[in-house]
Amino acid sequence: MYFRHLKDPSSLWPGLSASELTRRQFLKLTTIAGAGLTLGTMLPEGASAAAGAPLATPFVRIDPDNTVTVVSKHVEAGQGVWTGLPAIVADELDASWDQMRVESAPAKVPLYGNFAFDPKGSVQGTGGSTAVANSWMQLRQAGATARAMLVQAAAAQWKVPAGDITVSEGVVAHAASGKKATFGELASRAATLPVPTDVKLKDPSQFKIIGRDKLPRLDSHAKSFGKQQFAIDVMLPGMMTAVVMRPPRFGGKVVSFDATKTKAVPGVVDVVQIPRGVAVIGRDMWAAKKGREALQVTWDESAAETRGTDQIMTEYKQLAGRPEAVTAAKAGDADANLKSAAHTLDAEFEFPYLAHAPMEPLTAVCQLSPGKCEIWAGCQFQTIDQVNAAAASGLKPDQVVINTLAAGGTFGRRANAESDYIAEVASIAKASGGKYPVRLIWTREDDVTGGRYRPMNYHHITAGLSKDGKIVAYKQRVVGQSIMAGTPFAAMMKDGVDPTAVEGHAGEQYDLDNVHVTWSQPKSAVPVLWWRSVGHSHMSFSKEVVIDELAEAAGKDPVAFRLALLEKHPKHAGVLKLAAEKAGWDKPFPKGKGRGRGIAVQESFGTVVAQVAEITVKGDTITVDRVVCAVDCGIAVNPDVIRAQMQSGIGYGLSAALHGKITMTDGHVDQTNFHQYTVLRINEMPRVIEVYTVPSTNPPTGVGEPGLPPIAPAVANAVRAATGIKLRKLPFDLAAARTAKA
Amino acid sequence: MPIKLTVNNQSHELDIDPDMPLLWAIRDHLQLTGTKFGCGMALCGACTVHIDGQATRSCVTPVSAVVGKSVTTIEGLGTPSGKAIQDAWVNLDVPQCGYCQSGQIMSASALLAGNAKPTDSDIDSAMAGNICRCATYARIRNAIHEAATALPGAPAGTKG
Repeated sequence: MYFRHLKDPSSLWPGLSASELTRRQFLKLTTIAGAGLTLGTMLPEGASAAAGAPLATPFVRIDPDNTVTVVSKHVEAGQGVWTGLPAIVADELDASWDQMRVESAPAKVPLYGNFAFDPKGSVQGTGGSTAVANSWMQLRQAGATARAMLVQAAAAQWKVPAGDITVSEGVVAHAASGKKATFGELASRAATLPVPTDVKLKDPSQFKIIGRDKLPRLDSHAKSFGKQQFAIDVMLPGMMTAVVMRPPRFGGKVVSFDATKTKAVPGVVDVVQIPRGVAVIGRDMWAAKKGREALQVTWDESAAETRGTDQIMTEYKQLAGRPEAVTAAKAGDADANLKSAAHTLDAEFEFPYLAHAPMEPLTAVCQLSPGKCEIWAGCQFQTIDQVNAAAASGLKPDQVVINTLAAGGTFGRRANAESDYIAEVASIAKASGGKYPVRLIWTREDDVTGGRYRPMNYHHITAGLSKDGKIVAYKQRVVGQSIMAGTPFAAMMKDGVDPTAVEGHAGEQYDLDNVHVTWSQPKSAVPVLWWRSVGHSHMSFSKEVVIDELAEAAGKDPVAFRLALLEKHPKHAGVLKLAAEKAGWDKPFPKGKGRGRGIAVQESFGTVVAQVAEITVKGDTITVDRVVCAVDCGIAVNPDVIRAQMQSGIGYGLSAALHGKITMTDGHVDQTNFHQYTVLRINEMPRVIEVYTVPSTNPPTGVGEPGLPPIAPAVANAVRAATGIKLRKLPFDLAAARTAKA
Repeated sequence: MPIKLTVNNQSHELDIDPDMPLLWAIRDHLQLTGTKFGCGMALCGACTVHIDGQATRSCVTPVSAVVGKSVTTIEGLGTPSGKAIQDAWVNLDVPQCGYCQSGQIMSASALLAGNAKPTDSDIDSAMAGNICRCATYARIRNAIHEAATALPGAPAGTKG
């Protein structure tokens, strides 16, 4: 979870469980909306309906044209919320899937706040795989409420008891009289009715759309015909395009600049200094880019990061040997038990900085007018973006209009406390006097060298086994920068620990009596950020590799060894068993020809995923042939989106395992574009990926991130099974690991 | 001297730098935004268009190089293979964030136009230039096979 680290949000609000809180908040907010304070289209009780008025509540609008539009408070960045959220509404509403539409909510809290982030819904944002989980009750209520109002409207119109009316596939009907009406026909009348506060939700056994195996995505057509609008596609009259020259090293600042040559480039309109660099504004992207190439900037690098990543890793290793650390988890006495252990394991792990590199380079559009700033972007943190755009443009947050567009990927990149690219475009619009709308485009080079990386990490693990092969001690030192420290999210750190730095450690995931996890926080000017699955992206790796090696040392099967450690983790055990069963784990895997099989399991963001990877090693190349993936994410709202997200997490995780690294020399990032920051391509995607879902009646949890953490350790464990080579440094370098072993 | 371009069978005269990459001409000057910017170095394929039917990276192709040629973007893709690919894309719900998919579809439709029955290896070779960070690759592969089966001329008994 990005910052769902308040283990029990209800404790902050005594007497209410989290689900009750959400429900009550929702009803209160619905009522406010009903009084016309929010969307303004709900008529007060007793008023006559304007002809053609829709039935509009904060989360669902039914128009006379018979479309049902779900208002999504979450950004669609590929993870499928524009399908998952409408599915929840459609089911309670008994709508037809064909009539469902979706649009983005404006920035407004607490109405559109994320209640999984904090119980007051004080931030509107998407992240931590929370979208479906925190919308679940809210949208079921919204759908059921709208349904009840349509039924009431029909009852009044037909003068029949509401209890005799049925709703199915978008048709409201009264069997005895033979009367029927569409939602659209009833919408205006329904809009005049009071909002009921006691609607009954379906029993999950009655779901028809939730859980439907092949529910078409609402965005597939637009995205297959070039019609989906992203921020980079916004075209406003008179709009100019800007690119920004930023400091060559992190922490650098502008001293002065010479724009003489830039201004001589045809099509360049202006050059302005902003807090984060110097912006070149042109009539099109080509002019702005050519203009930037001609720009001369003098930088103050006195506070800049000038180390290389080799030196930084050396310092991390030194720091790991020193006592400066905070305790993230402690149980029993790991030190004493380590001393008396029959067998010990000592393992070091290294993880690089990683760029998110979404396919749409960061882009935002800003239009300033007196007392108003309007932003178009694939906003992931709408109300934080609003505050930052306000500060940059010199306005108040309520003067900033946020238009959330589809995001061309994010993986966490667009969710940052400073709203970097959005603050930049607002700064440029202000510095250029608001004379024209401005579109800011980051080039790929800006993106790859631009920081906000997954933090570099060093892990040192020491573990002990008893004579009978049981884990008696597990110690881990984690060294990695904090994502939260120095941002407003620092308030979520507890006892000096950034939970996103150590989440998913062994003490959380297995039944271990003696655990000690400590964290050291090095400082650097390199900005870091949550990267798909955040701490789990590295914590799962070292844990699952060490557990696998301990199983081998104990002479146990890797699945059986894990299951013995999961008695108090039935969800983990169920998922692990399902993955093993579907992969045919009980049958011997053919040895030889470089083939190997490995397994890993991780809970992240409330969802447990286990993966079995079958690989072939040929020379120094690892090919992943087959991945069997099992997932328990509660009720499967949209099984095909779950499959897609597991495939996506596997591919994104494999990309990092096989290729991903950002390195620096003297503070300069070594990679600039996809020829150096290499990523997974189609020829490396496993030919076979099977996804199986554990049947569940629990409320749904997220799937955007949890597919990622198990893949890298599953592959590393498979490589060890095939070759005996221990991969402990990311990305995998088989040649180097082989040399180290020899 | 205006540059004459033929895009989606329509002629345009643009007063732009002859060195301007085709990508920015069609996006910024013709407002055809279906073609995407991803890398600017022909490394990711998001900008793929057809030039006289050939899949081409528009981000490194200067407009001066396409004078007298026929440019097709995702908005103008009307070939049988293009339609089959787009239908399969929708049917299998290939897109996630969707940003790279115009380029994927332009590469896939060019592949299918020249190879009616591509194997997995053919697909890997033809599509390896198109990056998808959502890793929709498995569905891209399946959708190309499905489109190949659906096209007229597909071997009897293979039509889905």
